[in-house]
Amino acid sequence: MTIVVNGTKREATDGTTIRSLLAESNLAPEKVAIELNRRLARSDKYDLPLIEGDEVEIVTFVGGG
Amino acid sequence: MPRIRSSFVSYNVPPMQDVFRIKDFQLTNRLFVGTGKYATYDLMQNALDASGCQVVTVAVRRERLIDSAGKSLLDYLDLNRYVILPNTAGCFTADDAIRVAMLGRDLLEKNGNKGAGWVKLEVLGDKKTLLPDPVGTIEATKELVKEGFTVLAYTSDDPRSAVRIKEAGAASVMPAGSPIGSGQGILNPLNVSLCLELLKEGDPSYPVIVDAGVGCASDVAIAMELGADGVLLNTGIAHAKDPVKMALAMKHALEAGRLSYQSGRIPKKRYATASSTFDGVISYIPGE
Repeated sequence: MTIVVNGTKREATDGTTIRSLLAESNLAPEKVAIELNRRLARSDKYDLPLIEGDEVEIVTFVGGG
Repeated sequence: MPRIRSSFVSYNVPPMQDVFRIKDFQLTNRLFVGTGKYATYDLMQNALDASGCQVVTVAVRRERLIDSAGKSLLDYLDLNRYVILPNTAGCFTADDAIRVAMLGRDLLEKNGNKGAGWVKLEVLGDKKTLLPDPVGTIEATKELVKEGFTVLAYTSDDPRSAVRIKEAGAASVMPAGSPIGSGQGILNPLNVSLCLELLKEGDPSYPVIVDAGVGCASDVAIAMELGADGVLLNTGIAHAKDPVKMALAMKHALEAGRLSYQSGRIPKKRYATASSTFDGVISYIPGE
């Protein structure tokens, strides 16, 4: 299936979850926040399988004023 | 040797105990310092430390998935020491600002930082001026208040916009001294003082923070002398030749400005008033 992660389209195997995406990129879940289809996804959603066309944003804090 | 009594030494309410509140946030330091634009994280940490600040601002951005080192700004901020104030910088619509605020809150909740309760709201008009969009700011303020946020809203120095944003539910209004990162200081002290007057009318403890445009320490002192409750700045420290020394200057300027405001300045007069009495002068005085 095709999903969009941080604005980039990519192929993902069935059963891919937010948690598995994070693990793949070596990201600790507590160091990021997640949006699924433009809505905040809290930690309890991280183990749900993603579906075709899902748009995931993985964000963190950077320097800012 | 004679003891010299200094009035400074007998000053018994150090500025550190000069508490102020923004809704549920009780703060003992009035300088809010940004974490952007430092050459290194090490420099940022030292500058934050020197500034004496209690609140630091951060931005929310896409994680760069290729960064295998996996280092995050969170690894360089002592979350037990600082209250993190996440901003919505880079947002040009109310909707996007709300999305970013929700993400920032989630991230701070995960890390157990008190900053999870508040947001520095920026809804900007365009990338060149970074001036705030008042309509978007008001829309986003209303929505974020419904979502339970303590909203600190960045705005221009326009007094009427400031009042409207307060009416929309902002816990603090933050008028800009001049455009973000411009270093032009307080361009319109009259407008800032009118913002303060209108926002605090019948509500003297309503917190007003001058945000943006601070270029040097005297700008901070001027903002505080006008009666601001605090100052938020980033570039003035981060891009100074010596950010740590400038951070210290900002800290002292904030204290000086605050003390000066509290002390009540003398009125400005057109003509001179002699400090040394003319009684008993032995000199010739023109016109007498």
